Amino acid sequence: MTYEDVVSFAGAFGLIFFMVLFGIVLVYALWPGNKAKFDKAARIPMRED
Amino acid sequence: MTDRAIGDTAGATYALGAALSFGAIVSLFLMARAVDPAMAFHGFLFFAFAVGGVFLLIRRHFNATANPERFAKEAAGYNDGIVRAGVIVSTFWGVVGFLVGLVIALQLAFPVLNFDLPWTNFGRLRPLHTSAVIFAFGGNILITTSFYVVQRTCRARLAGDLASWFVFWGYNLFIVIAATGYVLGVTQSREYAEPEWYADLWLTLVWVVYLLVFLATLYKRREPHVYVANWFYLAFIVTVAMLHIVNNLAVPVSWTGVKSYSLFSGVQDALTQWWYGHNAVGFFLTAGFLGIMYYFVPKRAERPVYSYRLSIVHFWTLIFLYIWVGPHHLYYTALPDWAQTLGMTFSVMLWMPSWGGMINGLMTLSGAWDKLRTDPVMRMLVVSVAFYGMSTFEGPVMAIKAVNSLSHYTDWTIGHVHSGVLGWVGFVSFGALYCLTPILWKRERLYSLNLVGVHFWVATIGILLYITAMWVSGILQGLMWRAYDSLGFLEYSFVETVEAMHPFYVIRALGGGLYVLGALIMAYNLWRTIRGDVRAETSEHERAPAALAQEGARA
Amino acid sequence: MKHAIIEKNPLLLTVLTLIVVSIGGIVEISPLFYLESTIEKVEGMRPYSPLELAGRKIYIREGCYTCHSQMIRPLRDEVERYGPYSLAAESMYDHPFQWGSKRTGPDLARVGGRYSDDWHVAHMNNPRALVPESIMPGYPFLAETALNFTHMDDDLRANRAVGVPYSDEMIEAALQDVRAQTDPDSDGAEALLARYPKAQVRDFDGDPNIVSELDAMIAYLQMLGTLVDFELYKPEENLR
Repeated sequence: MTYEDVVSFAGAFGLIFFMVLFGIVLVYALWPGNKAKFDKAARIPMRED
Repeated sequence: MTDRAIGDTAGATYALGAALSFGAIVSLFLMARAVDPAMAFHGFLFFAFAVGGVFLLIRRHFNATANPERFAKEAAGYNDGIVRAGVIVSTFWGVVGFLVGLVIALQLAFPVLNFDLPWTNFGRLRPLHTSAVIFAFGGNILITTSFYVVQRTCRARLAGDLASWFVFWGYNLFIVIAATGYVLGVTQSREYAEPEWYADLWLTLVWVVYLLVFLATLYKRREPHVYVANWFYLAFIVTVAMLHIVNNLAVPVSWTGVKSYSLFSGVQDALTQWWYGHNAVGFFLTAGFLGIMYYFVPKRAERPVYSYRLSIVHFWTLIFLYIWVGPHHLYYTALPDWAQTLGMTFSVMLWMPSWGGMINGLMTLSGAWDKLRTDPVMRMLVVSVAFYGMSTFEGPVMAIKAVNSLSHYTDWTIGHVHSGVLGWVGFVSFGALYCLTPILWKRERLYSLNLVGVHFWVATIGILLYITAMWVSGILQGLMWRAYDSLGFLEYSFVETVEAMHPFYVIRALGGGLYVLGALIMAYNLWRTIRGDVRAETSEHERAPAALAQEGARA
Repeated sequence: MKHAIIEKNPLLLTVLTLIVVSIGGIVEISPLFYLESTIEKVEGMRPYSPLELAGRKIYIREGCYTCHSQMIRPLRDEVERYGPYSLAAESMYDHPFQWGSKRTGPDLARVGGRYSDDWHVAHMNNPRALVPESIMPGYPFLAETALNFTHMDDDLRANRAVGVPYSDEMIEAALQDVRAQTDPDSDGAEALLARYPKAQVRDFDGDPNIVSELDAMIAYLQMLGTLVDFELYKPEENLR
């Protein structure tokens, strides 16, 4: 493995890793089944203690 | 229940007592064998800490046995004692840090103020200023608010009573060691990581206990979900631990001396340092304070965050992108080009999650915009989010290589940092302090909401003076450095550019002075609130039932 | 969905966060460590002499890096103002690096030989005596303070532990080399030059009675950027 290989790997890997992670997060956040759960979580600070 | 509560602490008391006694012996050894006076002094500080800790433990033990009922009562609800202590030290360190900032701003305008003494020159006071505001003020705010937020959002008492107090005192010991070290000339010269190896080791210990306290509290929670503010706090704690350890790898010259040499050198050292440096911004000054935003903005606005889904996307993209952007501090240096390009790409992309977070914070107020007018604390919180948006737009712009070639090494960078820390970090912290104080001391409301309004305006004008002065001086400086005359020679000598900066340095000091004044007004207001005073006010706040009703309901 | 687990399990959240943030650092930083081409092939680089290293310690102690960079960028105005742009190799023995981040004062990467020792002595004592518009603090105490170099050999040892090629001989002679570098007539001066080629040997602060902190500071400043001979350096061979 030469220096150039590592360098191109670093850049490409960074971007691909980001795209994949972003995709997973987006699916998770927008998954319809999660909505009720998120709405509930969002109200946590509202509860009077 | 009562017996068990005391029994648990007794075991922990003996363990901590033994550890502190051992620590006292080690620090005595450090004092006696120190190869330099600074280490002898810091050995003494460690020793005083250990002895003081043992004293507090004994006092606590006798209090508990003398009055078990009261002790059990205190040990049952939320641990607010530590949050109260945190509010007080945060305010104190804030004022100190801003004051030192004002001093060094004045030194740049009027160099005679360096007094030509070792302990007062700019080079030693500058890290004192940055550490005092970032780590002493910011760090205490983060520990304090995280301890408050994690208890409320988990509906559970903070885990480990003694452990949390160890974090509080231990962290502040680190601050004192760092601060006195700078004045004595003890520094690693790594920006925002200046404390030497022994202070770093101590902070590592404190930080691990902090992480354990936080995690254990999350495990104790009586809420099915971990609220998103805690995600940000957790990412801040974990990532700062990683950054701190890697960036401070060093070999001490002597185990009883202050000096060490960093493990890495040159290019590698530079990238490691700025990987740390920018993530101190990303995870200390951003992720941690976003935890504050995600709790206090919805709480104060009395409505849930605008989009919980957006907050999840915000979280993961933000922590992912930040970690890559360090090379934008090293454009056109001897750092290889590919690393610079990678840093630039991710820096520009970082604009998106940052603005996602800003929109999320601002839009939480939709339907309650009148609170901006009626509640100065809300105004402070919202303007902090607006400053967050402004500096996270400016950041990616400055991370474009062409822009950076002009802005780097100039005051523009200083202005950018301060729009972030004075506007975003400062205001969101002040907002949190104003929210917390009446609740923690069970007061009907703040001593004076009008004074909050005064603080807001004084500080805002201060910030505007500061950042506009730095924009002009930074761009002017950058342009003068690269200006050529008609014959193709450099037009200005370096010192001519220094001379041209003078008026802007005076304006900057003025802006900083206003900011200090604002912080003093806040300290006064909080102190009167703690005393239980309420100022009779016939202002618009008085006529705004929403703000008052909210204050009242919480008290 | 299994993500529900993440959100409910703090430890898993911790681990995932750690993975996300550490991968970035590893992918970005680690190539620099095992690839030699981050550092050009240049001749002339050597470890700091003990006196220069002592000066460097004072440079760090006083926070000079807060206002002075040591990194000349390959931009026309910088090369004309400060000299040839900085090479990675020139900071290969710098633990830690001193590239800086702010130029309240000028870059110092190649300040060596730019000014006379006398100029530095007067300038350190009171910068405004020479440059009226300067906003640099004065450091009159450096000339009055004797350099504490009783443990300089330990400093060299610590540097060797982090990879600087100090030989046993260099460590052995560290203390006498400090004295020799401030005294051109001493016996040790020649041996010092053999160990540290291009080292400048003279009484830097002009006060023969004392090896002062100012001696060390000026020795450091006067060697900055002087080791690599740019007549011999061919940038095109080191394109990265």
